[in-house]
Amino acid sequence: MTTRLERRFADLRSQRRAGLVTFLVAGDPQMASFEELLAGLPAAGADVIEIGMPFSDPMADGPTIQAGYLRAIRAGTKLRDILPAVRRFRERDSTTPVVLMGYYNPIWNYGRLQFLDDAVAAGVDGLIVVDLPPEEDEELCLPARERGLHFIRLATPTTNDRRLPTVLANTSGFLYYVSVTGITGARTPVAQQVAEATARIRRHTELPIAVGFGIREPEQAAEIARFADAVVVGSALVELVARHLDDDGHPTPAMVPAVLDKVRALASAVAGARP
Amino acid sequence: MTRMGANSWRSGPDARGRFGIYGGRFVAETLMPLVLELEEAYRQAREDPTFWQELEGWFRDYVGRPSPLYLAERLTEHLGGARIWFKRDELNHTGAHKINNCLGQILLARRMGKRRIIAETGAGQHGVATATVAARFGLECVIYMGEKDIERQRPNVFRMRLLGAEVRPVSSGSRTLKDAMNEALRDWVTHVDTTFYLIGSVAGPHPYPAMVRDFQAVIGREARAQILEREGRLPDLLVAAVGGGSNAMGLFHPFLDDDGVGIVAVEAAGEGIATGRHAAAMTAGRPGILHGSRSYLLQDDDGQVVEPHSISAGLDYPGIGPEHSWLKDMGRIEVSAVTDREALEAFQLCARLEGILPALEPAHALAEVIRRAPRMGRDEIIIVNICGRGDKDVYTVARALGVDL
Repeated sequence: MTTRLERRFADLRSQRRAGLVTFLVAGDPQMASFEELLAGLPAAGADVIEIGMPFSDPMADGPTIQAGYLRAIRAGTKLRDILPAVRRFRERDSTTPVVLMGYYNPIWNYGRLQFLDDAVAAGVDGLIVVDLPPEEDEELCLPARERGLHFIRLATPTTNDRRLPTVLANTSGFLYYVSVTGITGARTPVAQQVAEATARIRRHTELPIAVGFGIREPEQAAEIARFADAVVVGSALVELVARHLDDDGHPTPAMVPAVLDKVRALASAVAGARP
Repeated sequence: MTRMGANSWRSGPDARGRFGIYGGRFVAETLMPLVLELEEAYRQAREDPTFWQELEGWFRDYVGRPSPLYLAERLTEHLGGARIWFKRDELNHTGAHKINNCLGQILLARRMGKRRIIAETGAGQHGVATATVAARFGLECVIYMGEKDIERQRPNVFRMRLLGAEVRPVSSGSRTLKDAMNEALRDWVTHVDTTFYLIGSVAGPHPYPAMVRDFQAVIGREARAQILEREGRLPDLLVAAVGGGSNAMGLFHPFLDDDGVGIVAVEAAGEGIATGRHAAAMTAGRPGILHGSRSYLLQDDDGQVVEPHSISAGLDYPGIGPEHSWLKDMGRIEVSAVTDREALEAFQLCARLEGILPALEPAHALAEVIRRAPRMGRDEIIIVNICGRGDKDVYTVARALGVDL
């Protein structure tokens, strides 16, 4: 049985184009506006939707996403509220893959197996848990795979040829290549280096490769889309959310259109990147 | 009396860096190759007698070890119970136990060819000790410190700068030790090729909890030999304060297999456990994952880390080293908690009776001694770890006592 994620990447391959993966923080700055954004993403051109699960101590994230997580936490967003939001999205959209991204502690606190069962029931397709390397696969990765959830792993510039097989071993859906050493949103990747890295990774795996971290503008996204299977944009979108808040931290009416406009611009750049 | 192998309390962690369910390597993939490289480098160093010989030389000539074991006669008399011995790690160079670990790690960093040292600090003692060894070995040094801690530990901030370190204020989260550690991890993720992260406590991903413990265990090895020499027998009770838990683990570990030796780890109860404003992870927390390992953690019902509180910046941390959590669950150590107020009283009593200003961290341990010693017999023996001196805390203490300096 092929999964939603596998079908999506197969479709992209047959269309000979790269996909756009968008990242937004669940409940940022509140659940209602987030769900409005979520609902608009597929039409705006998001091929895969990544949803950040807020955590108080996100050690791999830069200031932009840290701030997004904090806004969501202050608004009262809890992990148990995120899965129902996915279910509501799934009622209207049965084809766009949804991947939850975050840190392990809230999942562990929720009850890791209960979380997996609830995520499957809500229509989640995959998980990215930043602080669960292959060395800790028994915690969540293996039980997730048993339930048919993709466990998507990050590979980084420090993942050399010796390490890659370990990283790839239980990875499915796609591989997320972190284009820079560092935190989200901080540095800009050098396309040439990323191209070489993805070529190196392709010698080890058939999995689609999505490239993220530091990609902000349509032109950059297009450059990466020439050789990657998908381009991930996160901080640039979260920053747009932050820029459209009133004095009380509530979203202004311009917020949703501004974010979706940016997604449209990115999607069209990514889709038209290859000759 | 001393157990071996599988029956020993001292055989952890296992190959995955676990103490029971605690510990592990919960870090981002970018860091994983570094963590594995460090583990291998430490494994080699650990088996190399010349590494330990060199470290012992530095302990002797630079730190001033062994630190004395001192019979606190007037405090003993005042409390009217057990004989109280101070393990005086506050007399070390830089004024705390932190230097023991810093020397061990800097020797390792040098073996690994790293040129840049980063560290987090709470009270500033670990930052000062790191800046000190970085200066001595001629390495670049960046210290992350929460803005709130910078405010309450100004003398240490200036000391670090005098030692040539760059102190980077951390404004995220609660602006204390946990946030400084987040920021140091973000730095490490960004500068993987050049940088050695010198963690100051028995926390973080494997191999840090075991490695820091091994470097701090000099405290307990000395204390064990010293008490045997002075009293002709082992103590009845060991007492030490725990924030991350490095001074405590350093004292406790060499005694873990001595069945008759009771052990108490003292957490910071802040304004009282019931107020929620405390830093007592093992007393009031649940197991969770933060900063690379699983251990007891202060967290809310959603798994978000709760901001801790203690008058002592060195104890103001929402977690605890994983080996402590395991030893607590197994019943080998007892856990207690002491409020800001009790620590302040112990601080003043120690100053007046013994002529020693303890840091606010060991003042928590002393407060526990004040509770227990009167209930123990005069032939019983307590060793308490005076892991730092109180000079850095005089402003905090003055403010708490309503004195304007």
